[in-house]
Amino acid sequence: MTDAYIFDHVRSPRGRGKQGGSLNSITPMNLTSQVLRALRDRNNLDTSLLDDVILGCVTPVGEQGANIARVAAIMADYAESVPGKQLNRFCASGLEAVNTAAAQVMSGQSDAAVGGGVECMSRLPMGSDGGAMAIDPQTAYKSHFVPQGIGADLIATLHGFSREDVDSYALASQKRAAEAWANGHFNGSVLPIRNHVGDVVLDHDETVRADASMESLGSLNPAFVMMGDQAGFDDVALQKYPQVEAINHVHTAGNSSGIVDGAAAVLVGNKEAGEKMGLKPRARIRAFASIGSEPTIMLTGPAPASLKALKRAGMSTADIDLWELNEAFASVVLLYMKLLEIPHDKINVNGGAIAMGHPLGATGAIVLGTLLDEMERRDLSTGLVTLCIGAGMGTATIIERV
Amino acid sequence: MSNTINYTVDADGIALLTFDLSGKSMNVLTPELMQELDALVKQAAVDDAVKGLVLTSGKAAFIAGADIKDMVTAYDRGVTPREGYEFSYALNRTLRNMETCGKPVAAAINGLALGGGLEVCLACHYRVLADHPKAVLGFPEVNIGLLPGAGGTQRTPRLIGFRNAATMVLQCRNQKPQQALEMGLVHELAPVDEVVERARRWVLEKGDAVAPWDKKGFRIPHGDLMHPGTAQTFMVGNALLAKNTRHNYPAPIAAQSAMFEGCATSFDDGLKIESQYFGTLLAGPVARNMMRSLFVNKGKADKLARRPEGIEKSQVKKLGILGAGMMGAGIAYVSAQAGIEVVLLDRDQEYAEKGKAYSEGLLRKAIERGKSTEDKAAALLGLIKPTTNYHDLAGCDLVIEAVFESVKIKADVTAKTEAVVPESCIFASNTSTLPITGLAEASERPEQFIGLHFFSPVDKMPLVEVILGKKTNDEAIARSLDYVQQIRKTPIVVNDSRGFYTSRVFSTFTAEGISMLAEGVDPALIENAAKMTGMPVGALAVTDEVTLELAHKIGKETAAALSRDYPANLSEEVLQKMVEVLDRKGKRFGKGFYDYPKDAKKHLWAGLAEHFPAADTQPEVSELKKRFLTIQALETARCVEEGVLMHAEDADIGSIFGWGFPPYTGGTLSYIDTIGIREFVAECDRMAAAYGDRFKASAWLRERAENGQDFYA
Repeated sequence: MTDAYIFDHVRSPRGRGKQGGSLNSITPMNLTSQVLRALRDRNNLDTSLLDDVILGCVTPVGEQGANIARVAAIMADYAESVPGKQLNRFCASGLEAVNTAAAQVMSGQSDAAVGGGVECMSRLPMGSDGGAMAIDPQTAYKSHFVPQGIGADLIATLHGFSREDVDSYALASQKRAAEAWANGHFNGSVLPIRNHVGDVVLDHDETVRADASMESLGSLNPAFVMMGDQAGFDDVALQKYPQVEAINHVHTAGNSSGIVDGAAAVLVGNKEAGEKMGLKPRARIRAFASIGSEPTIMLTGPAPASLKALKRAGMSTADIDLWELNEAFASVVLLYMKLLEIPHDKINVNGGAIAMGHPLGATGAIVLGTLLDEMERRDLSTGLVTLCIGAGMGTATIIERV
Repeated sequence: MSNTINYTVDADGIALLTFDLSGKSMNVLTPELMQELDALVKQAAVDDAVKGLVLTSGKAAFIAGADIKDMVTAYDRGVTPREGYEFSYALNRTLRNMETCGKPVAAAINGLALGGGLEVCLACHYRVLADHPKAVLGFPEVNIGLLPGAGGTQRTPRLIGFRNAATMVLQCRNQKPQQALEMGLVHELAPVDEVVERARRWVLEKGDAVAPWDKKGFRIPHGDLMHPGTAQTFMVGNALLAKNTRHNYPAPIAAQSAMFEGCATSFDDGLKIESQYFGTLLAGPVARNMMRSLFVNKGKADKLARRPEGIEKSQVKKLGILGAGMMGAGIAYVSAQAGIEVVLLDRDQEYAEKGKAYSEGLLRKAIERGKSTEDKAAALLGLIKPTTNYHDLAGCDLVIEAVFESVKIKADVTAKTEAVVPESCIFASNTSTLPITGLAEASERPEQFIGLHFFSPVDKMPLVEVILGKKTNDEAIARSLDYVQQIRKTPIVVNDSRGFYTSRVFSTFTAEGISMLAEGVDPALIENAAKMTGMPVGALAVTDEVTLELAHKIGKETAAALSRDYPANLSEEVLQKMVEVLDRKGKRFGKGFYDYPKDAKKHLWAGLAEHFPAADTQPEVSELKKRFLTIQALETARCVEEGVLMHAEDADIGSIFGWGFPPYTGGTLSYIDTIGIREFVAECDRMAAAYGDRFKASAWLRERAENGQDFYA
């Protein structure tokens, strides 16, 4: 099997995902093509060497619809021979895109490709693509569909994570992110996004709160009480988890991932392609895996996905130097740390989506890049990145510096 | 000549079709009526003299619904989903032919139109509804395990939007004329005697023969399926549906799916989807069970199927109630509501007044909700006389005692009452456990002594369990049943036994839950399993409600009466420990299986984990559900064996309306028949081995199983 390497990655900063957010005025197409252009320009990349542009996007409707990957490549003035495809593995789409690019390289059917993703949640709100899962009566009924926040609260209830536990985790995420930004940890990979006259509209992650405190986090109302109680979703979940008397709603806007706009791109290829492009590989993609998990609770996929990828790589958790798990909700990370026995100082060391936001289709590529940058900074050799996924899935990727 | 529809064509060219089922007081949709409608519409369509059609009824109501006579037997006849589809689609075809016959059709809805009756109206191009409080429109189908299968799930959302349609089709809420007009269900309201004329006028003056959904550019009102608001409606609607049915009832989800899937396609394909879902329901046991128990047999019970023949119809004019507690006060309220003069007697005038105040409280709430008026309330209260004086009972036709559950006290009030009431007076006891025959020994006239077991709260609970003592005569039975009908409750008739039928079987449900606790089943799992079974309240929660103290006391008394040990089983041991050792006597005492914090929801007592530690492996919820259903059904079978129950219908109705045994089963005995008596006995055997002798099937039941003898012939 051919080895697939990561040569570079670029991401946009993450802008607050509503009107008034700094990226709200930038179209998804514009945002994506700025990132693709940056990936090309900073590497003097001859794009005709690329075999594909694969982008994750979870809400591929309206201006994000109709295969944004191919059209963004055209708009970024990539060689017209470069095709593109959009994929959707919900919250892991950005990582899945990189894995797919790597799979093409590993199988020998591509030499080099871009994987990444985009989501402008301020312009296309979550759920604007509809979907049978929640809406089609037969589907929702059979699968015991509940919104993810209910699943996150159910994880906390089942594993005894208190409001204080999840808030403490959220506070650490904010502090770590603020510190990472202050120390310039993200500088090498974040592309300032510009408007039509060339002014920078955003050059940093907009939702980080350096001044967050347990008091400020503690003052927020639980976000999923109404959904759970009045819309009946708690009861739907308990029919699947009848050992639970009542769901303890601990998640708030403060300890859940932020809604943001963002895009990211990762350059993947084989050794020869690297040589042709004149680029030095930064890491090898050692293994990756996706897995299905119980769909009602929805968010417990990362641990089994990670173990599956580790098994594929012939590794154990002890072989991983640094971990990244997307901070969809605080309880998801707390559970993962508990199950895989990962100390807090080895995971999400620069904070995560609770502080910086989770642009659904892009996040997987962003956290992969964050992991690689930090492995380099700390001079560590192995890292594992994973995300929890809607409808009960997990995707994980193991990288190794070369 | 037709015997379902009168057909005339007037000088203006209006064909008037008057539904008028001969020999019936109400129109129902029968196969014959539908065939005639089809033929007459076809005839009118090709008759050049006919400009348009008006449909009306020759009865006070328009059409009360479909005749379910054939449907209730479908499951037993082995009707397949495909055959069920054909049955429904035949109706759809007839109404669709009418809708597309090329001539305008108007409905002159002179009275109530329900189910299939409303579907006939919706297939007309124009609807005039009588502006009369009784002229309501609605779809009761889902409540009996079916869905509106003659276009109701397709025309309703297309006419009034998904949200309103869900209210009607899923929640089965009837619409009064004004609401129906505002929703857009009908086009105009008119006085009853003008509906036909208005409908005629529309045909002559406007006469549009094309349904809205057959017009170009038609959009579903208030947002089609692509509308974000509609997505929200379905997302929340689906969750509430799963919450409310706990996945036990196939009809609501089928109806919801028919609306969703049918409205995403052409109208004609939508009708097919509706009929497909209808077919799956008709071919299943739940529809049979619900139609049979909730509609057919409840209807028969309400018409006093158990009333002995040859006894003149009676009416209670003056009722005495002994004991003005919760039950006495409730009986007073429902009786005064039926216009009966009530003497509410207690030892203490203050208590008697308090009993009357209960009615005042209920009436105040009713007035606030607009369900009653000051005048009506005053009239009702005027009928209730609180007193301590037995002489006020003079002239009573019926006296019901609802005093403390003590044989001695009951004997005392019986004697005091019989000293003042006329000889013809029936004396009834509202005891929930004490055998009637024994209580009747205190009576001078034991043949006029009977049990009338009400359920709490009396104003809400629809059932009265009529218990016959050994000497109770036919006249007492007939007159008691007449009274139950008078207060608009549903009676079942059972023979005497400790706990009779309902209390006896219900106690097996709570005991089973408590046994599970003793076995180490997680209490949250017990409670959720009970609710997922379809029981209204968890086994531990409901024991808290009736109080552990009472359950403990009844258990002790029963053991004493039967000369057996106490505690004799796991649940009795738990009750004894909870009451006597842990001082957790129930909700009224502020603590039982649950804690009752002042400013938060009740929750299971954390101490249960210490005193009844959870086992390492927990059972599947499906197994717990089966245990809850099996133990109740088995105890019911024992009641049949012992002659406590005389009719399967009474068992089923009593279980559903008495203590909330899940209606999708059709009731305790329908449950056995549905899973098959052989399979049921096999389950009992398995459970007896796993959980104890209480699951043992008797020789009698075994023999029935071997003979494959169902409880319903």
